Amino acid sequence: MIRLSIPLRQALSRLSLPVLIAAAFGIMLLGKADTALVGRARMAVADTLAPIYGVLAEPLNAVRDAVQELRFLAALREENLRLREENERLHRWQAAALALEAENAMLQRQLSYIPEVKASFHTARVVADAGGTYARAVLLATGPGNTIAKGQVALDERGLAGRVTEVGSRSARVLLVTDMNSRIPVVLEGSRGRAMMAGTNGDRPRLQFWPEGSPPREGERVVTSAEAGVFPAGLPVGVVRWTEGGAAEVELFARLNRLDLLRIFDFGLSGILPPEAVARPEPRQRH
Amino acid sequence: MTRRPHHHPVMGLLRRLDGWARAAFPAASTALLMMLAAAPAGLPSAVPSVALACIFFWTVFRPAAMAPPVCFGIGLLQDLLGFAPLGIGILTLLAVHGAALRLRRFLARQPFPMVWLVFTGFAATASALGFLLQAALNWRVPPPTLGLVQFALSAGLYPPLAALLTRLHKAMQRAETLG
Repeated sequence: MIRLSIPLRQALSRLSLPVLIAAAFGIMLLGKADTALVGRARMAVADTLAPIYGVLAEPLNAVRDAVQELRFLAALREENLRLREENERLHRWQAAALALEAENAMLQRQLSYIPEVKASFHTARVVADAGGTYARAVLLATGPGNTIAKGQVALDERGLAGRVTEVGSRSARVLLVTDMNSRIPVVLEGSRGRAMMAGTNGDRPRLQFWPEGSPPREGERVVTSAEAGVFPAGLPVGVVRWTEGGAAEVELFARLNRLDLLRIFDFGLSGILPPEAVARPEPRQRH
Repeated sequence: MTRRPHHHPVMGLLRRLDGWARAAFPAASTALLMMLAAAPAGLPSAVPSVALACIFFWTVFRPAAMAPPVCFGIGLLQDLLGFAPLGIGILTLLAVHGAALRLRRFLARQPFPMVWLVFTGFAATASALGFLLQAALNWRVPPPTLGLVQFALSAGLYPPLAALLTRLHKAMQRAETLG
């Protein structure tokens, strides 16, 4: 250790704050200039912390489950009644679905339709909120030897949740569809009109750029579009809700505020855009 | 470096280890709390709020253990834990540290409500600074509610965090007067 004279040491300590503030500006510039480096640094931190998060998630999940269990117990009777009713309704739908499936298979045979490849998927646990204040993202613990790659699609048990944007050796980051930087090509199921679903950091992403003359209808189902070669067609996303202010929003099927497991699908699609290209909204299409 | 005379070399080493542990405690506990705050709870992220409260508290009550380089490291950790552009956390926390250091002689003698009031001022300024930097670096204005949520979270988290940290700080002070 070097012994410094007291005035020199005082001068150094007074200088350290301005120097470090200048360094902070330097890091800001570096972060803007080299996004790949920042991504690698983030994933290095995430990889280091993933096992710790994995351990911490256990008791947290236990507490959350216990609270949910209590809530279930309190509402058991009504829940049971509602489920009975729903089950009856779903039975009718199941019959309809089976009939449609048979009909679909028959029609596909007649048309010699080229079937899409079956997607493979991995399930991974959500261990941390990786977004911060101004972003919506989650961190997955994937374990070593995972085959998760950038650009793959994350779904929870109900619908589309996001896309993998960064992959480390033990963890992966998923940018949720509600994030400001998320732009998803979607199809309105009723009119087959294409639109973009843009995240706002709120609970409901907005619909933009639908074809003129066929605005999205309230309650219409929204599914993904195969347009950019990023998503397969027809993944369930949500339903259209019009706000009082006259904006079309999507009420998501996925429950993004209580994600615990995500299925990461590999659809074998190659048209994957780098994340910085996703950040820019698509130019408006002329119809 | 010249060795200070100790009566017993083992005791001297233990004492020095103890001193190091106490000096490193504020930084280490802040990093740990930030990691805990990153757990998925379905709430807006509390990581920046936790970092802000800890930096403020330790700067006021134990400035020797919360030097600018430590603040820099904690800010970097905050930025790497989140998805925001790099540097925002570092700059905000260093600014808070610098300002709190100037006020610490006044703040250390005030009752808790007064300290909290001053902290809410810091939290408001830090949220505004973070919002502006976010808008400037992403070249897009984020929804203002997020800045407000961040501020409210910081202001609301301070009392429980300060209660916890005050206990630890008092325990360390007792150990120091004994040693």
